Amino acid sequence: MALLSVKDLHVSYGAIKAVRGISFEINEGEIVTLIGANGAGKSTTLNTVAGLIKPDSGSVDFEGETLLGMRAHKIVERGLALCPEGRRVFTQMTVAENLEMGGYTRTDAENKETLEKVYEHFPRLKERRGQVAGTLSGGEQQMLAMGRALMSKPRLLMLDEPSMGLAPILVQEIFDIVKQLNEAGTTILLVEQNANMALSVADRAYVLEIGTIKKTGTGAELLVDDDVRKAYLGG
Amino acid sequence: MFITQVLNGLQLGSIYALVALGYTMVYGIILLLNFAHGDIIMVGAYVSWLVMAQLGLNPVLAVILSVAACTLMGVLIDKVAYAPLRNAPRLSILITAIGVSYFLENGAQLVFGADAKVVPAYTDLQTIQVGGLALSFPSVLTVIVTIVATVALTLVVQKTKLGKAMRAVSEDMGAARLMGINVNSTISFTFAVGSALAGIGAVLYAMAYTQASPTMGMMLGTKAFVAAVLGGIGSIPGAVVGGLLVGFAEVVVTALGLSVWKDAVVFLLLIIVLVVRPTGIFGRTMNEKV
Repeated sequence: MALLSVKDLHVSYGAIKAVRGISFEINEGEIVTLIGANGAGKSTTLNTVAGLIKPDSGSVDFEGETLLGMRAHKIVERGLALCPEGRRVFTQMTVAENLEMGGYTRTDAENKETLEKVYEHFPRLKERRGQVAGTLSGGEQQMLAMGRALMSKPRLLMLDEPSMGLAPILVQEIFDIVKQLNEAGTTILLVEQNANMALSVADRAYVLEIGTIKKTGTGAELLVDDDVRKAYLGG
Repeated sequence: MFITQVLNGLQLGSIYALVALGYTMVYGIILLLNFAHGDIIMVGAYVSWLVMAQLGLNPVLAVILSVAACTLMGVLIDKVAYAPLRNAPRLSILITAIGVSYFLENGAQLVFGADAKVVPAYTDLQTIQVGGLALSFPSVLTVIVTIVATVALTLVVQKTKLGKAMRAVSEDMGAARLMGINVNSTISFTFAVGSALAGIGAVLYAMAYTQASPTMGMMLGTKAFVAAVLGGIGSIPGAVVGGLLVGFAEVVVTALGLSVWKDAVVFLLLIIVLVVRPTGIFGRTMNEKV
């Protein structure tokens, strides 16, 4: 059984249809990526799965149980974490406080253990734990956003544009960490505009175009696919 | 005389500060100027009057019930009037707050009548001797209670899990949801704490002015609002400093024999702040939310 299964999902903002009947699955242990241009419906899909937006129709099942109608904070308790687009760290709180918020649904004892693991993945966060998050660099804020999402010990981590606005060297670092996290046992759903990077780390990928899935395959297949190369990988 | 005036300023300023804290906390979390906040104080004063003057019960019980009634009232107002409008334009909820304020004032008038009720003294102790000086006990008590309440509030907001959740929600509600924070209960908690402080303010106000009337919360609430803006709305230290400034301004103007001008001076202060430093003393420019 798939860990997450989305079927025939339709989502709209008022009169604008953002997602028009997409279906996809993620199995335990995979890195799956949704790639596509701006406005293809990638973020909308993630926000719907996370419970921030109500879909018009379709189903979202996590470990065989529906997430629809469940409030966002309950979905976190179920083991799904979304690291949102644009990082959205709490800029006026310290790094340690941000991480504490990430573990909001868990006990202090559990958080203490998870925090050590997060600091292992992101040593720089440990160095800066007392610093106010607003003073971190973009790359550090992205690490904080990811660390914060990990604090809830998610079964499925959803990353929305983790490489956005980062220097190439940092993009590489972020993707290395995504790989590490996956190897350490976290299933990952990755949304990216940087298709090249995303496909090179992903087990499987779905290509979204104007709210529908155009193509699907393994990361390696899509990296050499003519249509994908033309549209997303610069030829 | 000088000491007495300073103490008067501290007393009045403390009451404004307690009320301003509620304004600022609610604004901080849902960007609402809760114009019904002042009227909650009126509710607290009437409860004290009911318990002591009507039922003849113990003043301690009056304090507890007044604070409890204000707390409940604050949470109830949020649930009934504001929560259904959480995603509505800010103007709708602001107008609703004004409506709730009128509802409470006229409701009180309907139930208790338009004339003021006398709230009995909570304590017989009216003056205490400190180093040869006879000081007003209610004044001293007001200042002490306000200091304790402010310190306690600061600790709650800075150190507790719920307090941190409040700060998270006030900065980014969507991100807070993604953390697993129950935004609605965090907002309720904020209303509860702010209204409990208003309840304490109600008792201290009734102790100083021994009256409960349907519209007593109007001017008090408005001045506390000025205090919150003066200090920088959304800022806890700002509310306290703003409250004290407003209190002292009034006392100074009154001591100069210009007491008819005291309200005008408070609003003049507001105008000056809005012109010179619109974000208030401790305010910072709001981060643009994406």
